[in-house]
Amino acid sequence: MSEISIAGTPAPDFTLPIAPSEKLTLSELRGKPVILAFYPADWSPVCGDQMALYNEILPEFESFGAKLIGISVDGAWCHQAFAENRKLKFPLAADFEPKGEVSRRYGVYHADWGISERALFVIDAEGVIAWSYLSPIGENPGADGILEALENLRT
Amino acid sequence: MSKLSIAVSETDHMQGDPSAGCILVEYGDYECPHCAAAHPVVRRLQKHFGERVSFVFRNFPLTQVHPWAEPAAEVAEFAGASGKFWEMHDLLFENQRSFGDRLFSELAESLGLDSAQLKADLEARTYRARIRADFAGGVRSGVNGTPTFFINGKRHNGSPDFESLVHAIEGTPVV
Repeated sequence: MSEISIAGTPAPDFTLPIAPSEKLTLSELRGKPVILAFYPADWSPVCGDQMALYNEILPEFESFGAKLIGISVDGAWCHQAFAENRKLKFPLAADFEPKGEVSRRYGVYHADWGISERALFVIDAEGVIAWSYLSPIGENPGADGILEALENLRT
Repeated sequence: MSKLSIAVSETDHMQGDPSAGCILVEYGDYECPHCAAAHPVVRRLQKHFGERVSFVFRNFPLTQVHPWAEPAAEVAEFAGASGKFWEMHDLLFENQRSFGDRLFSELAESLGLDSAQLKADLEARTYRARIRADFAGGVRSGVNGTPTFFINGKRHNGSPDFESLVHAIEGTPVV
């Protein structure tokens, strides 16, 4: 695997589907902090999974003006079903075609398994990576690091 | 990363001695099936380690997926205000599949608590602030789902099963 993109470097721009007929471009979110949460797959078999947890914490992320985007290699229809099932209130981007391309550009693609790693990026309002964290793939990283990074953006 | 950021204090619900060599803290959700599965595991750990381990429970209701999780946490806190927190804690996990206002009233009455007062407190959301404070503290500590255990302040990343927790507790230096 290549190296994870690190703090101080510009966040690689991308355009990915967030619904079967809707796309999101990272650079269009300039002016606000963005949290990118790469994760291995929809439908992990626990109720407190990473995306469900972030859904609970969303108001706290939003209090920093931050926008959260989940990203995995699952397709837009799969994301849509997953988001409906878990009642997710933030977009899930489909890094589906070419598969894992955006994950690769952030250095967080697990080529052997064909999935994204569990990796977090906090991008500042100017589009520069302020903080990044690569979690062991089986370990949900929680949200403490994200909140600390958002706090540090303010100081 | 991911250490308990809110120290255990006398405002916590604790079973055992605060000066025990090991403090096990659980962030849990009464409607979470994995927490219900962990409930007898905690009991077994307490039996296994006796006075060496004290146990603290804090609320982490995942309200988006579990609509009864927060009311259930409020029911436990209501009982706690009358010194019956742990009795209600057990009853809630044992009756997880039947959650609803009727069950909550029945459980309150079975513990000799005033179910009319419970209803009023649920409506007034008397205990909500405490539960949200638990939740916010959990988020800051790296709680990453339910149940999340901390052993002497360090997050347990292994499975929440008996063997894994025994192993982790035995390998934890006394602080």
